[in-house]
Amino acid sequence: MAETQIKNLTINFGPQHPSAHGVLRLVLEMDGEVIERADPHVGLLHRGTEKLIEYKNYVQAVPYFDRLDYVAPQNQEHAFALAVEKLLGITPPLRGQYIRVLYAEIGRVLNHLFTVCAYAMDIGAMTPMLWGFEERERLMEFCERVCGARLHMNYFRPGGVSQDLPAGLADDIAAWADEFPRCIDDLEALLTENRIFKQRSVDIGAISAEDAFDWGFSGPCLRASGVPWDLRKAQPYDVYDRMDFDVPVGKHGDCYDRYLVRMVELRESLKIIKQCLNEMPAGPVKVDDRKVAPPKRGEMKGSMEALIHHFKLFTEGYHVPAGETYTVVEAPKGEFGVYLVSDGSNRPYRCKIRPPGFAHLQAMDFLTRGHMLADVVAVLGSLDIVFGEIDR
Amino acid sequence: MDEQALRELGETLQAIFAEHVLAAAVDRGELMVTVAPASLIRVLSFLRDDVNFQFRQLMDVCGVDYPEREKRFDVVYNLLSLTHNRRIRVKVMTDEHEPVPSVTGVFNSANWWERETWDMYGIMFADHPDLRRMLCDYGFEGHPLRKDFPLTGYVEVRYDNERKRVVYEPVKLEQEFRNFDFLSPWEGIQASLPGDEKAGS
Repeated sequence: MAETQIKNLTINFGPQHPSAHGVLRLVLEMDGEVIERADPHVGLLHRGTEKLIEYKNYVQAVPYFDRLDYVAPQNQEHAFALAVEKLLGITPPLRGQYIRVLYAEIGRVLNHLFTVCAYAMDIGAMTPMLWGFEERERLMEFCERVCGARLHMNYFRPGGVSQDLPAGLADDIAAWADEFPRCIDDLEALLTENRIFKQRSVDIGAISAEDAFDWGFSGPCLRASGVPWDLRKAQPYDVYDRMDFDVPVGKHGDCYDRYLVRMVELRESLKIIKQCLNEMPAGPVKVDDRKVAPPKRGEMKGSMEALIHHFKLFTEGYHVPAGETYTVVEAPKGEFGVYLVSDGSNRPYRCKIRPPGFAHLQAMDFLTRGHMLADVVAVLGSLDIVFGEIDR
Repeated sequence: MDEQALRELGETLQAIFAEHVLAAAVDRGELMVTVAPASLIRVLSFLRDDVNFQFRQLMDVCGVDYPEREKRFDVVYNLLSLTHNRRIRVKVMTDEHEPVPSVTGVFNSANWWERETWDMYGIMFADHPDLRRMLCDYGFEGHPLRKDFPLTGYVEVRYDNERKRVVYEPVKLEQEFRNFDFLSPWEGIQASLPGDEKAGS
């Protein structure tokens, strides 16, 4: 009897699929339930951020970074602020650096809470999402109290942060930090030893360290493959070199390890937050250079010079010396880089944003090949994809 | 990072590749080498495999546009070595017509980055397995990050209820994009001020 030819089936996953984490269109070539090829189509959320930044001055460019990875906005701002500071040759005062590290870690907690909970929901656990978002709400309140915005903070500026912590905020963050481990314990109790959760994630989407290098992995996804690499340790910026924390690594590089690494990182972030609160010195929060940082409001009411400085800063902005830099931070998702080219004017000549998720999503085909359809959702969730940053 | 070590690294690279490496410089603690397009793959493979370099990760590929130059594009490769905790930036110059060899054979991760660079700048990559647009719409025309591409673009999209589909129309703006020039003439990019030429006479 002649063999029947079975044609592969091509299906469209997304862009409106709730597990596509936004607007991913994934074209899957299936052999029955098994994936032969995955072809992610990205760009449905492309807003031309890089082009827009070329038409804005340096201060105006900061809010665009919030809108990249909207789950942890401050970490992106951090990269841009560091890049501009490098070109300007300035260092923010110590208190400013501490505040930035404090909020960068709050951003990491925000992000990991979101990722872990959304991932759990993708593969069938509803409760973590509800619990995690309650905590996220409390963290966003801290963001709101410091800068007025829950999500798009526009708080880290080249030269420091826009304003000091209001009275009482540090105590409230400290009180939250004491309580928060209970929430992590709860989440772990729900997930870590959960049979269904493990069945859906152990040995799914595994990647070896070698392959992870080749695909340009970074952050928790790389550490899950057993590479102890963390930019906060290896190439410390701001006051990370004063912080005492551990870098968790996984062993197998599968979805379960990526989850575990994130859970440990939550606790490590908490350590850093506590250290920041304990050690934070008093003093200014932005550089004392009126050509870069605006004067205080009160000063402007009386001083002509302050008024002129303010006017100049918010119309012309400052000139950044010609040069280029590729500056990176350890964003919660991995290495977030800003390749900034300045021609000496008040606008960036080129600002390339290197989102970590872009490289991770690229490996989708590699990770899901030979897996079942349902595993696509697990792999996608564990890679921590946010389309704001991938599509830019 | 140690600038001296980086400088030596650049010199070593120049010594090994002689005329293939056009320039090597250290600026603000970052090593940057310019390479001839023809030898790009050789240099990158060497950087990846040699014990003293071990730049095993290609973090980023992007283009930069300098329309006033004869070869208007830079293609920039940012590499990272985890073993030595170092970064290097490799640059290649090209124009609209001359393709750059694709490095997908050296680093898998280059695939999408190169697609994006093609999409944004129209820089061609020879032997790329799958050079489609990355971020722009299907059937998009032009390369938006080129300096001569207008910020507002050429077309706008809307859903036409009568035709029951999305339609593309030339972009109509209630108000033109206003590009304010806030550069003060006395502290702009010019090295000399108007009237300076009279000082010598």
